[in-house]
Amino acid sequence: MDIGLFASILSIAIAAGTSLVFATVGEIVTERAGILNLGVEGMMIMGAVAGFAAAYHTESVAAGVLTAMAVGGMLALVHAFLTITLLADQVVSGLALTLLGSGLASFLGQRLGPGGMPLVGQIGPRFGRVAIPFLSELPLLGPSVFNRDILSYVMYFFVPVAWYFVYRTRPGLHLRAIGESPQTADAMGVNVFALRYLYTVVGGMLVGLGGAHLSLSYTPGWTENITGGRGWIVIALVIFATWNPVRAVLGALLFGSVNAIQFRLQASGTTIPAALLNMLPYILTIVVLVVITWAEAFRKRVGAPASLGLAYMREERT
Amino acid sequence: MRMAFSIKLEKRLRSSRWMAILVSVASVMLAFLLGAVLLTVFDADPWDTYRAMLQGAFGTSEQWQEGQFYSVTETLVKAIPLILTGLAVSVAFRMLFWNIGAEGQLVMGGVAAAGVALWFPTLFPFVPLSPWVYLPLMIVGSVLAGAAWALMPALLKSFLRVNEIITTLMLNYVAILWYQHLFNVIWKDPEGYGFPGSAEIGEFAQVPRFSGRLHWGLGVAVAAAVLLWVVLDRMRWGYEIRLIGENATAARYAGVSLGRNIVMVMLLSGGLAGIAGMVEVAGISHRLQQGLNVGYGFTGIIVAWLARLNPWGVMLVATLLAAMLVGGDQIQITMGLPASVALVLQGAILFCVLGGDMFTRYRLRLVRKSPQVRGTTPMV
Repeated sequence: MDIGLFASILSIAIAAGTSLVFATVGEIVTERAGILNLGVEGMMIMGAVAGFAAAYHTESVAAGVLTAMAVGGMLALVHAFLTITLLADQVVSGLALTLLGSGLASFLGQRLGPGGMPLVGQIGPRFGRVAIPFLSELPLLGPSVFNRDILSYVMYFFVPVAWYFVYRTRPGLHLRAIGESPQTADAMGVNVFALRYLYTVVGGMLVGLGGAHLSLSYTPGWTENITGGRGWIVIALVIFATWNPVRAVLGALLFGSVNAIQFRLQASGTTIPAALLNMLPYILTIVVLVVITWAEAFRKRVGAPASLGLAYMREERT
Repeated sequence: MRMAFSIKLEKRLRSSRWMAILVSVASVMLAFLLGAVLLTVFDADPWDTYRAMLQGAFGTSEQWQEGQFYSVTETLVKAIPLILTGLAVSVAFRMLFWNIGAEGQLVMGGVAAAGVALWFPTLFPFVPLSPWVYLPLMIVGSVLAGAAWALMPALLKSFLRVNEIITTLMLNYVAILWYQHLFNVIWKDPEGYGFPGSAEIGEFAQVPRFSGRLHWGLGVAVAAAVLLWVVLDRMRWGYEIRLIGENATAARYAGVSLGRNIVMVMLLSGGLAGIAGMVEVAGISHRLQQGLNVGYGFTGIIVAWLARLNPWGVMLVATLLAAMLVGGDQIQITMGLPASVALVLQGAILFCVLGGDMFTRYRLRLVRKSPQVRGTTPMV
């Protein structure tokens, strides 16, 4: 493969993968705490619309990002309240969040534009590329890795930090404990309820950030259905990453490069219909999921937190 | 001395039926209240909006006096696919198989129905061109297509334990892209003046209408609901499915095959969703064109859960949610408000019901904390 092609695929893969990485790590944090939040698609699309609207009206991408994170966190708080305090079914609550988020985002997208007009087609501020001196001139990787928007650089730092936090710190140990065995953690004096709330909200904020990257950098702008199922791909990526933040990057790059190949093929005027090319990410998700599940079963090791999706109630026997 | 109280949850031995009804009604009211807040924020009068939705869905009193039931029939038209997808989802949810793929299964059912109607007459000219022959054929085709689309997630789940939420959901996108490719390119009507869409299906393949756009698909949906009630609540197989949903381990010890039931339930679920696609194509659009994937499969999830997975409840809830969709279209036309208000309200109702469900499963009790002396060991 020639180097130009590789660099261009990597470039698109990082652009498309950045939002996936933030959202996937967010969902990993939430699931590590034992809470399954299937509302990623809803939180992400709400993050996208809220982030773009805030950036549009304040003309500041930073305000957009912060708003998107706040909105993602608030939606996750609803999920936390329902599943942790009211002991609702986590699967259905997450689905409800996705359905509500999609409807609300569509509503807001039609009203949050200038003077209550639709946001669709409006041009707002967006993240620009920032080339890092010297590094961006490196051969092969330089231009595609070190000439990006700020959020991508944040991601480069954020992923190792997240990994270190989960595996090498005491709060990270508590995070894993409340997802594996809340009874034990509770007996050890860890506040299971408070931490589950905290990590569900933190996860939601990261998902909202992923949404903001879509509308402020990747697409950019607001279109109906901007996420196009990315929130669900994130759920699959969490399994692909076996709940490990670093492996989430590999998964996100894999999916990003499928997008890149799609673009390349379309640009080259292929005879393969666009519809079939657009199916690729979804089919790849299924294939990846099957392979991972099969491999896990083969190794007799399941990476999922043992108490994922189960409500914790002190008085109840398990 | 300070008196301390705390709230204690006690699990009810059987969930309270009255509480369930109370929670459902209160949830709907709370959701509309939240919707009113949203509308007020965006400078719309909630009272006017809700009244317009109600009139859009059920008609005004003048329309009733003049004998115009256009609104009611439109509501029932939308209730038909919602009943079918609601049934499809509830069958699967009963055994805690999370079929989120009703949307794709519906689309594939619609594709199959259109395919039979469009290509059978040339492929098999000896088949008489009569609705009595073609409509059953199209139903069979749509059931097979919907079931086939549900089969792969079912097999993957029962053999490899692959997460069905993701597989069923991803197949939605694949189905929708395939269906769009069909009416945009492969099946595009050469005499359609460039409009995307297949040729119109013959009269022999259209479900007859009896009032406005209301067609006999309503009979199909109601029959499916009644049949499903018999199967699920009056037959042994239905009991087995419920048992798996309640306690899969106990079911296995009782000799119930998990894998086989997953496959059979998903074939049933996908088939029902497939029929929803068939009645939409054969009853409403009469061709394969834009507008088959408008979210009935996802709304079916709300229908199923609000109906507490009960077929009679599905018919009631589907009609109410259909009324909200028609009402949403109405306020878009007359008040310029986004029709997605209906989707927001539906999502909010589901949330409220989910949260309120705790009161049907648990009893809240105010317990007085007994004054504790620290540091003493209990007497044995």
